[in-house]
Amino acid sequence: MADAGEPEGPERKDDIVKAKQEGKELTKEEKQRLRKEKKQQKKSKEKKDDKPSRDSEKEKKPASAASPAPQTPTQPPAQKAPSAAPAPVPVPASETPSAADKPAKSKAELKAERRARQEAERASKGKKGDVGPQAAPGKPKAPPSELQPVVKRLPEHVQVDNPEVLKKLAKKLERQQIPLRSDYGYKVSLFSHLHQYSRKAPLTQQLGIPSTVIHPAIVRLGLQYSQGIVAGSNARSVALLHAFKQVIRDYTTPPNEELSRDLVNRLKPYISFLNQCRPLSASMGNAIKYIKKEISNIPSQCKEEEAKRKLLNCIDCYINEKIVLAAKAIAKYSIEKISDGDVILVYGCSSLVNHILCEAFEKNRKFRVIVVDSRPRLEGREALRRLVQKGINCTYVLISAVSYILPEVSKVFLGAHALLANGYVMSRVGTSQIALVAKAFNVPVLVCCETYKFCERVQTDSFVSNELDDPDDLIVTRTGTTQLEHWQEVPSLGLLNLVYDVTPPDFVDLVITDLGMIPCTSVPVVLRVKNVDQ
Amino acid sequence: MPGPDKETDLTERIEAFLFDLNRGGSGAGPLRGSAETARETTALLRRITAQARWSSAGDLMEIIRNEGRRMTAAQPSETTVGNMIRRVLKIIREEYARSRGSSEEADQQESLHKLLTSGGVSDENFRQPFAALKPNVIEAINELLTELEGTTDNIAMQALEHIHSNEVIMTIGRSRTVEAFLKDAARKRKFHVIVAECAPFCQGHEMATSLSKAGIETTVITDAAIFAVMSRVNKVIIGTQTVLANGGLRAVNGTHTLALAAKHHSTPLIVCAPMFKLSPQVRRLSFLSDFYRYCEILSKVNVHCPVFDYVPPELITLFISNIGGHAPSYIYRLMSELYHPEDHEL
Repeated sequence: MADAGEPEGPERKDDIVKAKQEGKELTKEEKQRLRKEKKQQKKSKEKKDDKPSRDSEKEKKPASAASPAPQTPTQPPAQKAPSAAPAPVPVPASETPSAADKPAKSKAELKAERRARQEAERASKGKKGDVGPQAAPGKPKAPPSELQPVVKRLPEHVQVDNPEVLKKLAKKLERQQIPLRSDYGYKVSLFSHLHQYSRKAPLTQQLGIPSTVIHPAIVRLGLQYSQGIVAGSNARSVALLHAFKQVIRDYTTPPNEELSRDLVNRLKPYISFLNQCRPLSASMGNAIKYIKKEISNIPSQCKEEEAKRKLLNCIDCYINEKIVLAAKAIAKYSIEKISDGDVILVYGCSSLVNHILCEAFEKNRKFRVIVVDSRPRLEGREALRRLVQKGINCTYVLISAVSYILPEVSKVFLGAHALLANGYVMSRVGTSQIALVAKAFNVPVLVCCETYKFCERVQTDSFVSNELDDPDDLIVTRTGTTQLEHWQEVPSLGLLNLVYDVTPPDFVDLVITDLGMIPCTSVPVVLRVKNVDQ
Repeated sequence: MPGPDKETDLTERIEAFLFDLNRGGSGAGPLRGSAETARETTALLRRITAQARWSSAGDLMEIIRNEGRRMTAAQPSETTVGNMIRRVLKIIREEYARSRGSSEEADQQESLHKLLTSGGVSDENFRQPFAALKPNVIEAINELLTELEGTTDNIAMQALEHIHSNEVIMTIGRSRTVEAFLKDAARKRKFHVIVAECAPFCQGHEMATSLSKAGIETTVITDAAIFAVMSRVNKVIIGTQTVLANGGLRAVNGTHTLALAAKHHSTPLIVCAPMFKLSPQVRRLSFLSDFYRYCEILSKVNVHCPVFDYVPPELITLFISNIGGHAPSYIYRLMSELYHPEDHEL
């Protein structure tokens, strides 16, 4: 680029001035480099043989090393502007043909072109939808030891107040031939970015019978989710995996297609459908990621029967390892923490906590349990039933009585829906309240959670990402009178039925996982270790 | 003959009142607000003063104390009854002292003086009969009744000093005082109210429907979501059943959790309580069986359903009463103005 350095001089000065002012303009070389890289990556994705050369290219561009170029147009400029000088040197081959093209257009035209392209990119970046698919091919190429700036696509279910996102979703569902579920009732203004569905209008009513697009096992699963028949993080994940096993068993590869790619595409509408029935939980998300990875790792020369057998085996392994054996390991650790004469407080119905208590009882530990329950789900009654059947001495209270009963309690065991990367515990609404009151009375709080529920998201409050359940659940009939029956007719009245909340890590004393007993703040460490393993 | 008739009439009324109190406690009868109970108690005491046979202040006080003991025994959790009785006893003492001629300031100085000296047995035995005592006492009780009738309005008048526009206010359960307070503010300001429903009786639902019909933006949440939404709340305004002598509260179930959540988020907690709820009791640590309502004992499970919560004074920011706003640390002083120390135990 040395010969092109002269005519570039004044332009570069302009650009540097502009870069100082706006911080967003790219120099000509950088834009051309971007274009070249895009083309190269597309080619290499199909051929998969460009890796060593691109790696060497990347090492020579230290400033722009981290992100593959097409990811964000704003990131590279900040890094590339200072490296404009050394950068042109290592790319002589690709740049010289473009350098030859340059004198053909005038500088003003090129500037205008550049600006138009940038505006287009900025506009498309605003939707944030384009970033995802472009990031995906970029990611697996970078060496795993570097820290990835993770640019995630914001999930649709927390963008309900954005009409563009809703339009895109509607188009996607139409393409996949899945009905769109409409929101119900007056939404509290703080939560207008979330969906609120009615249980009386399940999605399956809008499907034809028999459904040709969606596998019947998935339809049944979706209905079970939306009606609350299958509830609880572990139960939902296991049901999902069993339904996927059925789908895989019934699957046949169409001619001229590869199983690894076609099966993943076949699963996408099913996942959209389940998401419409009830937003996916963190554990389900991790399970789906695992399955997709396993499917895409099937070698293309594998025969169909063998591939299917392998996949079914993988799923069984996953369930066994991550859920069943994990529960055993957690029970073993927890029993060390339960001593004779303990009074243990539990909230709602967590399959894991119930398992732990039953195991401890079988190992002849003497303790009694206080089950705390809350409206409107009243899941504590199910936990109470299971524990009383085992013969454990139980007491039952509602959550408003927790500060009354807490002086008697020696430990609090809580289950979790997901553990977030900043140490917050996402669990059933009311968990944070119990942790707060326990902290005020100096009672230790222990959270039990399997590692497959660990999630890379971060969240600090219960508003930005949550689930709104059917508001009609709050209506209660007592002695024949219902106060809120006609709440829809009153314009300024809203009912709020939250499903999850986040507990700050300073309320939690210990997290018991299958990898051991860790403090809440060590969750990102576990995530990193898991990622490196995989 | 007017005498015995009046007496039987009086006894009948007292018995009917006791019966109502008893029924109200077990949940079988209609639930009455504490303002109503206070008014009825005071009216009954006025009637006793007017119709019972007594010659000196000491006699009257003895009669009222006996009836008072029976009333509080009928429903121990309804503390306004005991409070009104103590107020009336204080009124009688004051009227007696005034009739005897000693000024009120001397009385106060006497009590302060007694604080410093050994505070021996008071030589007042209230045995001197005064003719003007009866009408004076009845007049004073009438004044008390007028004060009782105006308490809710007095508290509601202060609403605009505490609520600004676009606020989010949280409350729990149903309190008529807080309802009037918020409705008064809503006439001039626009704000949002979140009501925690307070299971299992779900009185919050009534509160929410009443507030929303007055045009206030209301949201009903479950008790479990109190901490989850607290980060967006600007103020917590609650009512209470009783204000204790140390500035703490005996309030409806779930209030302690609400207070802890407000403390965690540094949200001010305002209690709207009229003066007749002020009680010289302190927190009783024993588990009383009359504390529970609707307890079912399934064969293998214990179920607890406490009705009231104790909230310590450190969690409370402000008390709003019909005589203005006070800090919790000032409550003991107000109490010494309302009740005489010898009446704390009836």
